[in-house]
Amino acid sequence: MKNAPEAVLVGLAAFLVLLGAAFARDAAFAMHAWVAFAVLVIATVILFRRIKFGAGEPAVATTDGQPVYNDGVVRYGAIATMFWGIAGFLVGVVVAAQLAWPVLNIEPWLNFGRLRPLHTSAVIFAFGGNALLATSFYVVQRTCRASLFGGKLVWFVFWGYQFFIVMAATGYLLGITQGKEYAEPEWYVDLWLTAVWVCYLLVFLGTIVKRKEPHIYVANWFYLSFIVTIAMLHVVNGLSVPVSFLGAKSYSAFAGVQDALTQWWYGHNAVGFFLTAGFLGMMYYFVPKQAERPVYSYRLSIVHFWALIFLYIWAGPHHLHYTALPDWAQTLGMVFSVMLWMPSWGGMINGLMTLSGAWDKLRTDPVLRMLVISIAFYGMSTFEGPMMSIKTVNALSHYTDWTIGHVHSGALGWVGMVSFGAIYYLVPKLWGRERLYSMRLVNWHFWLATLGIVVYAAVMWVSGIQQGLMWREYDDQGYLVYSFAESIEAMHPYYVMRMFGGLLFLLGALVMVFNLVQTIRGKLRPETPIGAEEPAMQPAE
Amino acid sequence: MDFDYQSMRTFADSWGLLYMMGIFIFVVLWVFRPGGKKHSDDAANIPFKED
Repeated sequence: MKNAPEAVLVGLAAFLVLLGAAFARDAAFAMHAWVAFAVLVIATVILFRRIKFGAGEPAVATTDGQPVYNDGVVRYGAIATMFWGIAGFLVGVVVAAQLAWPVLNIEPWLNFGRLRPLHTSAVIFAFGGNALLATSFYVVQRTCRASLFGGKLVWFVFWGYQFFIVMAATGYLLGITQGKEYAEPEWYVDLWLTAVWVCYLLVFLGTIVKRKEPHIYVANWFYLSFIVTIAMLHVVNGLSVPVSFLGAKSYSAFAGVQDALTQWWYGHNAVGFFLTAGFLGMMYYFVPKQAERPVYSYRLSIVHFWALIFLYIWAGPHHLHYTALPDWAQTLGMVFSVMLWMPSWGGMINGLMTLSGAWDKLRTDPVLRMLVISIAFYGMSTFEGPMMSIKTVNALSHYTDWTIGHVHSGALGWVGMVSFGAIYYLVPKLWGRERLYSMRLVNWHFWLATLGIVVYAAVMWVSGIQQGLMWREYDDQGYLVYSFAESIEAMHPYYVMRMFGGLLFLLGALVMVFNLVQTIRGKLRPETPIGAEEPAMQPAE
Repeated sequence: MDFDYQSMRTFADSWGLLYMMGIFIFVVLWVFRPGGKKHSDDAANIPFKED
């Protein structure tokens, strides 16, 4: 019988969650339990309708020893990536509008304070996380020449992760948060994610263990370091004591400056291992594949890997310059951040130089162009980051919009673009299509997104530096020239422009969704390939 | 050995540091060992063995 045990288990879980709603210690937990109950009941109904009686399908047939890859979960992951991507970008535009026009704050569920973590988690963990999940499962199978380990565990990882996203997102709207940046979900959602993540590690490691290829390709090293490090960061940063068994509130195991350092040890390495190492794994597979040539220097990629792993973990304290954190720790964070520049640029050069001898492909292949600009943004933001971690620069940039601009050039430019490129590569392959529905639309997406990021980052540089300068402006009497409210008022035009940049990026993503939907439906837009439209040059007469 | 702050950090910035530096230097030397190029070039072509 297929799906029967799953259906019963999920139904049982729904019942337990219902008990949680009934005996909840606080209203927020009760509401959250009702949300979980609704989700689980829907899942139970779907699973029961899909129960198949009988002997089940025969064991997977292998032809001449070639493994049959499990691409079902990759297909689901690609769709989930785009679904959450649109959700996250849309909420981003909404919060940008709220900053420009505070009247848009709709109390209590849709105010900025609750929507902002919804935006960050949706883009980082839902969009980025699903992109990593899908591509890691695809890449590890191809480069190990082995099918995914774990059988049904793979589906538990996928659906368990989606359940985590739903619980985290609805929790924020209900006002449930432990107040740690990029780690807002409360203790029970944290525990759920831990369980899902351990299974993810098992699936990934199991696939590597049963590989047919003797060497472990470098992309898998990056993916594995991402999975292992995120597990460690999540567990340590999430250490907390719940107030009650059926209540939403918990208190951190750390206090004061220790808590702050743990938070930024987590926070910066979430950037380093979730948003960098994982996506570098993506780069080391999809850039060579799309360019149809091996990576520029495999040896450089190994040095890149180890240098990044050894340095990144120490950079976190640069988020706490000029705070109660001991001075030596601040300096340590700064020094390691500056040293990080080297492996980062080593990786960037490795990615870009993979195209050497094939630069002409950029003219005709917008997917490759997307991957290449993502590497360019990676180089730009990994130059900007170390610079901003220098104490004297940080004195100006910290707490200003410059930081927001920096994060977005990394997140939209690097993480977003490399994910788009990978999904564009994957979708025709996964659904067995000849090519994408339209390459011209990819080109539109490319320019909309690039323009959006440039507008966003440039506007945030100007507003950030202006903020920083206004806050530190003294008159000859030693008084501050501007009140804080005046600096906020001065930001209004920038915030409107920033929202416009975000809107362009969202628009590009919507073009992508249309393109992918048409591709999956098997449509092909009749169009001249890019680069073939120019008539042959006529000699002058 | 007691596990107070001072002894832990003294260990970390002496033997711990040496250990990590040692691993890193070993990895770099290993990668650039004579004959390593052939192995690396083979590894770089792994993505092209499938699909």
